[in-house]
Amino acid sequence: MRLSWFNITSLTLGFAFLYLPMIILVIYSFNESRLVTVWTGFSTKWYGELLSNQAFLDAAWVTLKVAVFSSTLATVLGTLAAYALVRGARFPGRTLFSGMIYAPLVMPEVITGLSLLLLFIGIGLDRGVLTIVLAHTTFSMCYVSVVVSSRLVSFDQSLEEAALDLGCSPWDAFRLVTLPIIAPAVVSGWLLAFTLSLDDLVIASFTTGPSATTLPIKIFSAVRLGVSPEINALSTLMIAVVTLGVIIASLISKRNFVREQHGGEGRH
Amino acid sequence: MPENVFAPWTDPGAEPLIRFRNVTKRFGDFTAVRDLTLDIYEHEFFALLGPSGCGKTTMMRMLAGFETPSSGHIELAGQNIVPVPPNKRAVNMMFQSYALFPHLNVWDNIAFGLKRDGMPKDALRERVAEMLKLTHLERFARRKPHQISGGQRQRVALARSLAKAPKLLLLDEPMGALDKKLRQETQFELMDIQEKTGTTFVIVTHDQEEAMTVASRVAVMDEGELIQVATPSAIYEAPNCVYVADFIGDVNIIEGAAHRASEKHYTLHWADGQAPLVAASEMTFSPAQKAFLAIRPEKVLVTADRPADAENAIQGRIHDIAYLGNISTYHVEVAGGRLLKAQTANTRRIENRGFTWENRVWLSWDATAGVLLER
Repeated sequence: MRLSWFNITSLTLGFAFLYLPMIILVIYSFNESRLVTVWTGFSTKWYGELLSNQAFLDAAWVTLKVAVFSSTLATVLGTLAAYALVRGARFPGRTLFSGMIYAPLVMPEVITGLSLLLLFIGIGLDRGVLTIVLAHTTFSMCYVSVVVSSRLVSFDQSLEEAALDLGCSPWDAFRLVTLPIIAPAVVSGWLLAFTLSLDDLVIASFTTGPSATTLPIKIFSAVRLGVSPEINALSTLMIAVVTLGVIIASLISKRNFVREQHGGEGRH
Repeated sequence: MPENVFAPWTDPGAEPLIRFRNVTKRFGDFTAVRDLTLDIYEHEFFALLGPSGCGKTTMMRMLAGFETPSSGHIELAGQNIVPVPPNKRAVNMMFQSYALFPHLNVWDNIAFGLKRDGMPKDALRERVAEMLKLTHLERFARRKPHQISGGQRQRVALARSLAKAPKLLLLDEPMGALDKKLRQETQFELMDIQEKTGTTFVIVTHDQEEAMTVASRVAVMDEGELIQVATPSAIYEAPNCVYVADFIGDVNIIEGAAHRASEKHYTLHWADGQAPLVAASEMTFSPAQKAFLAIRPEKVLVTADRPADAENAIQGRIHDIAYLGNISTYHVEVAGGRLLKAQTANTRRIENRGFTWENRVWLSWDATAGVLLER
């Protein structure tokens, strides 16, 4: 079907609405001038300055640590939760549990952040990298769980029965059959959790302490003193990382989907 | 009975390999299997036959260990296997969907169970090679399941479940996904493999032809109960009720009132103004008891004139002829508008056939050709 003028206009408007701010940000990150609104010429010097700014580098390191630890933890917990909810025998309150695992998806971040803050204060946990990791794990594990359980639902359960039948213990069946087959979903869940953690400002600012400043927090506080081209450069890099993560995650799940569709039919 | 005939179920001294003892399985309010008792012997090729929802798959899943009976117990070689988990049973199953591991190639799929047992490498390689040879899959050992045809996948599934040399092999609708021609070939291949390996096979199927072809004994099930357990020929020739007669093959059921004629003969009054039918029966019927005569279409003779020596003969009009090439089925309308089917082999060319639509013909059969049934 050909695109009509109407379609083209609405697509252009929609995409402009979504991406114009980001495009401007990216363009100005290559601006030579210190003034963010005046274009004077192409330059990559702000990227160079960024790399020599120790505060930013520290923040980037903290962010990376938090993202790696929290997404890994969230992937383990989210996968196990999804497995228990999709595969487990019907236990009382199962529907309630499945509903509850998805609740953080729609919960306002401010509330999640505040409640975690209260919890950490209550149990006397010093706020820092550890608390951010825990907080990020909390909200990103439900995303992992959603991704993994949608894969498990379409998974032929007789594969696991076959593994048991051939002498596997339930753990071996999970390790040797289920996990390799759902691996693409687990990996894309991990990437999703990773990018969510990189992005997060609200929950991180609630649960952070003086010792741990993540990049979004750093950017936010820097912007309050005025937007500098350095921030533009940093944001551009973050956009690149996140975009890459999302693209890889969707490629992995798409490839897996295609293979599965293909595997369903016989090749004679 | 000659000694070389395989029929352990007729030997009172024979120890069955599997014993179901008063097994009941309930899922909530639904009773899938009801108080079922059954023996299956070693080296048997046993078929569980019935429509979907009759409990046959539940029986198989209880043997594999995926379901636990609500009451009763199941013995395998004299040992109660109800508390034994599936991975500790000397039973393997071939799944309807084949359940081949998509991330492993054919060789690794077959080797999977052997590796779980910690079989030494050399012995394992030898065993897998043997299985590949048995199922003619040598050329496909390195292929992934999605790179081979449906028939080949079916053979991989069979090889994988046979690799551990189980005491008992369970086959859940093993030919369900194959087309008719491939299915027939595979049935014979399966019988061949069963004979070669000497494994006891229990097959679940809803295809009566398949059950008749492969099985040494067939259990016909309905609504969680065994209706009849017998050899294919006994099931076909001597069904114990109308349900079995009707489920297996084609049959004419004539309802009427039975009266004793001699020690082993009954007359069946089936329509007003018609001569009663004569049928031999071992069963006893009280006078005028409602009875059903089940007679197979191929045992009914179609002739233009009344055969002089026929014990039963009914006149009718040909309503329809189904020409199937090798055989023709005549649908003949008899007294009371009832349609009876008669089958003849087309040994002569079609233009030499004696009768056609609307012709008046005689249907005849012997007293021993049909079976008189209570229900």
